[in-house]
Amino acid sequence: MKAALKVLGVPLPACWLAPRAALPAAVLALLGLVPVYAAATGDPFALTLFGRIEILSIAAISLNLIMGYGGMASFGHAAYLGIGGYAVGILWKEGITSGFVQWPAAIAVSALFALVVGALSLRTRGVYFIMITLAFAQMVYYVTQGLDRYGGDDGMTIGSRSGFAGLVDLNNATQLYYLCFALLLASLVLVSRVVNSRFGLVIQGARSNERRMRAIGISTFRYKLVCFVIAGALCGLSGALLANHTNFISPAMMYWTRSGDLMVMVILGGLGSLFGPVLGTVTYLLLEEALSRVTEYPGLFLGPGLLLVAIFLNGGIESLFGARRRE
Amino acid sequence: MSEPLLQVAGLTKRFGGVIAAEAIALAIPAGECHAVIGPNGAGKTTLVGLLAGEIAPERGSIRFDGRDITALAVPGRSQLGLARSFQITSLFADFTALDNVALAVQAHDGHSFRFLTDARRDAALREPARAALEAIGLGSRADARVDKLSHGEQRQLEIAVALATKPRLLLLDEPMAGLGSDESARMVAMLRRLKGSLTMVLIEHDMATVFALADRITVLVYGRVIASGDPAAVRADAAVREAYLGEQDARHG
Repeated sequence: MKAALKVLGVPLPACWLAPRAALPAAVLALLGLVPVYAAATGDPFALTLFGRIEILSIAAISLNLIMGYGGMASFGHAAYLGIGGYAVGILWKEGITSGFVQWPAAIAVSALFALVVGALSLRTRGVYFIMITLAFAQMVYYVTQGLDRYGGDDGMTIGSRSGFAGLVDLNNATQLYYLCFALLLASLVLVSRVVNSRFGLVIQGARSNERRMRAIGISTFRYKLVCFVIAGALCGLSGALLANHTNFISPAMMYWTRSGDLMVMVILGGLGSLFGPVLGTVTYLLLEEALSRVTEYPGLFLGPGLLLVAIFLNGGIESLFGARRRE
Repeated sequence: MSEPLLQVAGLTKRFGGVIAAEAIALAIPAGECHAVIGPNGAGKTTLVGLLAGEIAPERGSIRFDGRDITALAVPGRSQLGLARSFQITSLFADFTALDNVALAVQAHDGHSFRFLTDARRDAALREPARAALEAIGLGSRADARVDKLSHGEQRQLEIAVALATKPRLLLLDEPMAGLGSDESARMVAMLRRLKGSLTMVLIEHDMATVFALADRITVLVYGRVIASGDPAAVRADAAVREAYLGEQDARHG
């Protein structure tokens, strides 16, 4: 008998015990060791780069929940990064520095925005759905451009990181890093539980065959809407982390190309696989970093690379390691 | 006499100038197996869509179990106990056979806003689903993905999914479509076992099946009911012979 592996009292799904869990385990272990490496070499840049990778991994995980499992290809997901970031930045500017206020606000406003966007977009499909989600994201982008008090087009430097009453000190780069790491793990556990729950099966069923779903008696709209809100809230948290990580917010956080980047990370890693978004984010950001050191035009090499993945690697990077999708 | 389980009156639907259903009336008492036949283009598919709730009629009404369901959408009709199978297999292709049935069980077991417990280890869903698969003869294929099942197995699964919603009326849209003769015989035997315990509306092309199963038959031609009655009467009806059976007899030699 194999005992169920538990993290913080939460039993992990059986798939984590399979050999194909070796790659996620290795990647997570390496991510966990980055601060050790940074301390040993005295090179803080690794912490910055991999902290960013962790934060955007959470955003990609949230996008994968709706796009990979739910078939809702939102092309405006970076809006939630921006909303989460601006919630932190605006509250800081108004003198509220407690993370216990800033972060729930980031999550709540993102969830609310997702509720509105979802309610208006989820009755459409295909290219219309993509256009509506994109339009909403661009709307937020232009609104933040007009917020002169909060830096307008240029963005705003946030003077101090979110305070957590001495529990965690985010000014300590290692503590900030490990908080991101812990939230990344929590996001993975959360999504793995949600997609295998009754709710998750409805979401996946709606992606697989909407007509059949209705015929067995389920109106999918409200389930998809709730899923959309969960994803928005999770990405809002990622945005709050990003604002703390860079000490800076600007409309560029949610420009449409950033939404595209998130989609690429998810597809690159493997749509609808639990760990795919993390693999995609690690690969994409490391490649971008490496290429930007040797060429002025990293996109020139990234683009064809993505094309090859799209053509030859239908299940993304994760499929290379024998992981079966969407199960 | 009590009201029939399904009562359709004056049901009319046109697509552009084409009459797909013209003042269709049906009265199907509980427990009956009622076949609807008709040549290609007779409006059988439209009738399925109207009864299932996928197509809204221009005129007419549909009453089910004493309730007017004319304006009720597809999921609502399923919740009342009106289940259907699809002519062209419509399943969750990337789920296992058991997952397909379990999701149908789940759909009729309260709301699905349960986020954290593993639905695939939920005995309240898996056990009825497994029993439904066993009953239909697919027990050994429970863990196979639907896209790895044979066509015949997929047709059986269609029925199992519909039955898992615990219907009072089963709307079968050409259940024999694409089946070989052995598979057809098995399907007929299975539907015969369901007879009596379940009201069935059988839309079917295959005459042997219809006469083997139906208690009563309604014949559609160009969207109109031209005959309705017990099999012997329908077989003897001159208009039916001319419009449909003659053509079938000729085709099948």
